[in-house]
Amino acid sequence: MSKRKSITGGLFIGATAFSAFLIIAIIILLLVVIIIGGKGTFSWEFLTAFPEDGMMKGGIFPAIYGTVLLVLIMSIAAVPFGTITALYLAEYAHEKSILAQTIRFAVRTLATVPSIIFGLFGLGFFIKFVGSGMDDVFLGGQLKWGQPNILWASLTMALLTLPVVIVSVEEAIRTVPREMREASLALGATKWETIKRIVIPGSRSGIMTGTILAVSRGAGEVAPILFTGAAYYLATLPTSVSDQFMNLGYHIYIMATQSANVDQTLPIQFATTMVLLLLTFTLNLAAVIIRAQLRRKAK
Amino acid sequence: MKEIKIRTHNLTLFYGAKMALNSISMDIPEKEVTAFIGPSGCGKSTFLRTLNRMNDLIPSVRITGEVLVDGLNIYDKQIDSVNLRKKVGMVFQKSNPFSKSIFENVAYGPRINGLNNKAKLAEIVETSLKKAFIWEEVKDRLHDSAMGLSGGQQQRMCIARTLAVEPEIILMDEPASALDPISTAKIEELIFELKKNYTIVIVTHNMQQAARVSDLTAFFYLGELIEFGKTRKIFTTPDKKHTEEYITGRFG
Repeated sequence: MSKRKSITGGLFIGATAFSAFLIIAIIILLLVVIIIGGKGTFSWEFLTAFPEDGMMKGGIFPAIYGTVLLVLIMSIAAVPFGTITALYLAEYAHEKSILAQTIRFAVRTLATVPSIIFGLFGLGFFIKFVGSGMDDVFLGGQLKWGQPNILWASLTMALLTLPVVIVSVEEAIRTVPREMREASLALGATKWETIKRIVIPGSRSGIMTGTILAVSRGAGEVAPILFTGAAYYLATLPTSVSDQFMNLGYHIYIMATQSANVDQTLPIQFATTMVLLLLTFTLNLAAVIIRAQLRRKAK
Repeated sequence: MKEIKIRTHNLTLFYGAKMALNSISMDIPEKEVTAFIGPSGCGKSTFLRTLNRMNDLIPSVRITGEVLVDGLNIYDKQIDSVNLRKKVGMVFQKSNPFSKSIFENVAYGPRINGLNNKAKLAEIVETSLKKAFIWEEVKDRLHDSAMGLSGGQQQRMCIARTLAVEPEIILMDEPASALDPISTAKIEELIFELKKNYTIVIVTHNMQQAARVSDLTAFFYLGELIEFGKTRKIFTTPDKKHTEEYITGRFG
């Protein structure tokens, strides 16, 4: 090997190692900065109290509550709908049929649409079209559903997380061995009975993984809820799906850009970021563990 | 001569454009063991799976001709494949328990038929497991997962599961090919016992097994039924040269 070649080779190895190291360094730096900035504020009280003093002090309980409620309603909408779609794709659709390919294309496209577009869609479709329509038809034009609330925000978020659910569940359905389906059919079960009694129970962990990934995604996204339900500040917790709500991600955004004194809220911003990271990290970790178990079982 | 339980007439099957079975006509008698032998890819498993319409699941399969079970063409539009499979049970090559308890595995068939009475289910589970000679081994752990059983036990449990639906015909697709000699002997003993009450059709790779358990033997080669007759005759004085060559191990 010539000397020049060995030098370029060495440089290349160095560059790859540096890039890999850079990724790790960025993560560590991010975590360290956030922890240093937030640890003084982070406490049990911070998690359980309402904001005070124009959000310069106090806790973030309404934002945690709102985020949990948001992902809960989102899951109730996205998980059954996504599971049924995945069942159709894996069990009923002809692999090469135009319909199946169209659905797959739509799922892939949905997954790449920027989240702010979902927000705008939610505003246009759920609030202006469905909500205002409901007000006109049922309430004689009185404004109730035609404005942002947690239901519309959750449904908008459900659209965003639907591809995550569909992909995870379909993968899980495909790991249910053909032998088990055949055994069920050979015992005189119909296709639907086989799906209900063998396929769905066998895909439980995949449905779980999909749900967790969707929840973790939904907990972190802000753009879809900007115009569909998130509130700047609320003195009370939402008690109905037609109420607005506070949200962790939105809260960070508000404090960083709209606060009366951004510097004074800095520790609260860091601590809120810590809570949000902890939440999504834990959820993702759980999903990774469940998925690894699922893959091992499939082998 | 016993009654004919299954009769096929000019049964031809295509996988896409490839012909896998070429005009098979044969009569399978009631309450006897009929064995299908032949080299891999000769169509014997495919043929077995036409008898309970398991091939319906493969979209590219096209079938012409007739399969009559008790005189009724099972490929007739009016025949419901679900009801057919309750009458024509199947045991697979690879034991395929559900990831449920032993009890729930065996109770699966009766349950989907709408039986929910606990005492009745328990009774069916017990008699089915007894008929499959596995009751003594599992009676104390009926509610443990069936996945914890050995391969041979799993296969006998799968037979019990098939019996619980009270079929009249049992199709077996190389039921012992993945088992050790002791488990194989148990399955063979079981087949011998079952033929008193059931019509059994078994696909096997193992020539000795066909000779031991079956009353009739059919030899398939390249999608054709080459020879079909009494097992004793097929194994001692076959009519066709091909059959003889296969049985004596000159090819296959």
